[in-house]
Amino acid sequence: MIRSLLPTMLQFLLHGLTVLLLPPLIPGLIAKTKALMAGRKGPPVFQLYYDLAKLARKQAVFSRTTTWVFLAGPVGGVAAGLAASSLVPFGHTPAPVSFEGDVILFAYLFGLARFLTILSALDTGSSFEGMGAAREATFSALAEPALFLGFAALAKATSSLSLGTMLAFPGTLTARFTGPLILVLAGWAIVYLTENSRIPVDDPNTHLELTMIHEVMVLDHSGRPLALVLYGASLKLLVLGALILTPALPRAPHAWQNWLAFYAALAGLALGVGLVESSMARFRMTKVPQFLVAGVLATGFAFLLMLV
Amino acid sequence: MSLFLLALLAAAASGVPGLFLRRRGGEVAAGLLGLAAVAGLWASLRVLSGGPGGAVTLRTTSLGSSGLLVLDPLAAFFSVPVLLLSACGALYSLGYWEGRRGNTPALRLIYGLLTASLLMLVMASHALTFLLAWEGMAIAAFLLVMAEDREAETRRAGWIYLVATHTGTLLLFAAFALLAKVQGHSAFAALPAGLAATRGGTALFALFLLGFGFKAGVLPLHFWLPPAHAAAPSHVSALMSGVMLKMGILGMVRFLSWVPDPPIWWGGALVALGALSGVLGVAFALGQHDLKRLLAYHSIENIGIILLGLGLGALGKSLGNPVMQTLGFAGALLHVLNHSLFKGLLFLSAGSVLHATGTRDLERLGGLGQRMPWTSGAFLAGSWAICGLPPLNGFVSEWLIYLGAFRGLGPDLGPGRQGWPVVILLSLALIGALALACFAKAFGAVFLGLPRTGMAARAHEAPRTMLLPMGLLALACLAIGVAPILFAPALGRVADAMGPATGAALPALAGLPMISMVALALGLLALLLWRWLRPMPRGDDRPTWDCGYAAPEARMQYTASSFAGGLVRGLRWALRPVVHLPRVSGWFPLPTRYESHVPDPVLDRTAVPALRLAVRGASLLRVAQGGALPVYLLYVLLTLLALLVWMVA
Repeated sequence: MIRSLLPTMLQFLLHGLTVLLLPPLIPGLIAKTKALMAGRKGPPVFQLYYDLAKLARKQAVFSRTTTWVFLAGPVGGVAAGLAASSLVPFGHTPAPVSFEGDVILFAYLFGLARFLTILSALDTGSSFEGMGAAREATFSALAEPALFLGFAALAKATSSLSLGTMLAFPGTLTARFTGPLILVLAGWAIVYLTENSRIPVDDPNTHLELTMIHEVMVLDHSGRPLALVLYGASLKLLVLGALILTPALPRAPHAWQNWLAFYAALAGLALGVGLVESSMARFRMTKVPQFLVAGVLATGFAFLLMLV
Repeated sequence: MSLFLLALLAAAASGVPGLFLRRRGGEVAAGLLGLAAVAGLWASLRVLSGGPGGAVTLRTTSLGSSGLLVLDPLAAFFSVPVLLLSACGALYSLGYWEGRRGNTPALRLIYGLLTASLLMLVMASHALTFLLAWEGMAIAAFLLVMAEDREAETRRAGWIYLVATHTGTLLLFAAFALLAKVQGHSAFAALPAGLAATRGGTALFALFLLGFGFKAGVLPLHFWLPPAHAAAPSHVSALMSGVMLKMGILGMVRFLSWVPDPPIWWGGALVALGALSGVLGVAFALGQHDLKRLLAYHSIENIGIILLGLGLGALGKSLGNPVMQTLGFAGALLHVLNHSLFKGLLFLSAGSVLHATGTRDLERLGGLGQRMPWTSGAFLAGSWAICGLPPLNGFVSEWLIYLGAFRGLGPDLGPGRQGWPVVILLSLALIGALALACFAKAFGAVFLGLPRTGMAARAHEAPRTMLLPMGLLALACLAIGVAPILFAPALGRVADAMGPATGAALPALAGLPMISMVALALGLLALLLWRWLRPMPRGDDRPTWDCGYAAPEARMQYTASSFAGGLVRGLRWALRPVVHLPRVSGWFPLPTRYESHVPDPVLDRTAVPALRLAVRGASLLRVAQGGALPVYLLYVLLTLLALLVWMVA
């Protein structure tokens, strides 16, 4: 009994450690890719770890306008992200918490994080942050249907409602489902770029507040709250990344091979995001909804293909 | 049963002492309603936990021998929000109406009568008692909406409501008459198999759907709802939105429970109406500037969600899919309870904002979070729940409907019918995202940032009698959200009333304890992170940084309209906002203004113009009605002559 439980417990432990320690590496990898593409040396890959360590020691500044809601955004973002991370499998490894219908909880936990982040932006009373909050709320209204259509397609293909089995696609993969799966992943890639506020939807490095979405919402955060915001954002890169990577990964016989494959794929994803960011510009704000509708269409079409 | 009837009597009589007492009439009424709630809830919970119900039977041959009132699981379930909200509202009114003069004792009496008619309505098991209670509810609610009848807006809202509710009642009279003709008696009983597919069954379904749809506020029969909810006193809005709308749902649920074999298109129609009400309800809410009108449109949205669940359950019943049936009906019923809890909470906290500032206009509020911390917490809890975010109760009911719809995608639905579950899934996802945007807008505009006017700056926290009911409702929201497994057995029993299914399977859902676990983990993580942030000293008096802008001002904040502007523009094909753009021209432009509002598509664009046209047509008849007595006598004479000729011929 113990002997059979132990490997699973070890994997859960690894899952938890990955969630806690790995996320800040992903923005570092993206930034490094972009720098190399542009012919610069760029900041070290571990830059975000240094930033977080520095911010954790710093004092925070609070505006007299703000209330406790200002802190609810960073706290809720990380807490909801961590809770959601326990529901998603990292590659073909078991998710610590898995039950029928956990997909819905997964999606709504990110909704909770978004809600609290928007509120903490509005709490400052700044027009810039209000603008970012409004954009976040608007664009996510289009990203949500794409996410759920993808879930519907996968649920139809696997007859399951648990992320653990839904995403373990190659296990049930037949040639018939390959096309729809590619469409789902394409649609989700759009959702991924939107939810993580990357180019072409948002530019995390811009210096013009008028054009930003997510970054402008946290302009007033500093010190430890800002550390939580930054860590929460990188956590989202990891957790949503697991969502689009897992169905695409082949299943290996040994657990360590699966973990290795997942880490390699994650690095590949960071590289891919970096390449996208290096090769294209941010869309005009009015074009963003069209981009998101493309995501809805891709996942919707995938669902239709699953039906026939 | 006798305990429940006692509660009904206590509620009905709650306002009577107030008519004779010079002081403390409100306290006596609140006390009586509180006692009624305790007694009634005790009786209801006993039935819900599997105990025996009861019935009042009148043994006369003319009425049929079956019961007039019955306390079955459905009645017990629907009585829970009635009892809770009416007691909370009565307590709330002590602070809300403090110092109010005039007809307050009469309004308290009517409030008690409204509660009593609602209680009678949930128990009604005969067309006679049902319609009697229905009419009592409609008239009592009308009188309460008219509480502030000095204002023209209130009078207009009241009359629109009265016309709409009686149109609905007329349809119900037709429906029950048809039912009596088909059945041979007017008691509530299961219909014979095969009836639903006949033309009579179709007519029954259509009449009940329309009649109850008026009351529930299903789009496009919702038009009376936003003005009435905005004009009524806030605890009455809470009772109307939280409970009275649900009586329309109760009617539909009762009807569906009698039909053993609903045709598939019934479920489809319910899903289609639910998707329409849900998505357009929240879309119209986004365009509102009036806090209570916004909440009223959200009631339409939530009625949509309930209909999605009912439709799913009905589809499951038609197809013989017990999982879809149980999850759909259980989700819809739980959402009935949940919506009454969080919408009651929202209306009460909106009332407390109105009480403190004297305005419902979102663009005049702001910064109340610092001035009214408890009210702001209550409104936040309500927003959290209504957006369906974990770990509050809205999530659990939506989760059940989602789960049923996902299960419906399975192979047993058969080809060509998988569209309905997908419509449900997509509508729920879209509604969730839009509701989140709308409540971020409402909470942000009212409670966050800087006060936009002096009214908001001078706001004060509500008295304890108003805060206590809000706290109670917020706790109920949290309890259902964190420990849904405790409520599952009772819910399963109620869902079983909808026809032979496996409601007992509900507590066995593996997800329910898992949701509690994730909710607890979420709370624990938040607490840890909060403690990590806490030791930081709060900086001294600094303005918002705002990218270094030195003199931020309240008027520069993002307004509610601009927050929702992007979405309203994106949805303008449905909302058709009326925008007055400022014109700036010349070297020395004159002051100008910008204005935008979203009129109601049915009331402002259809019903009122159509009725105006009807009035104009009717005025043509005035030629015959000159007011001169000799002419009228001539008419009588001519009529007599005409009759004579007709009789002779």
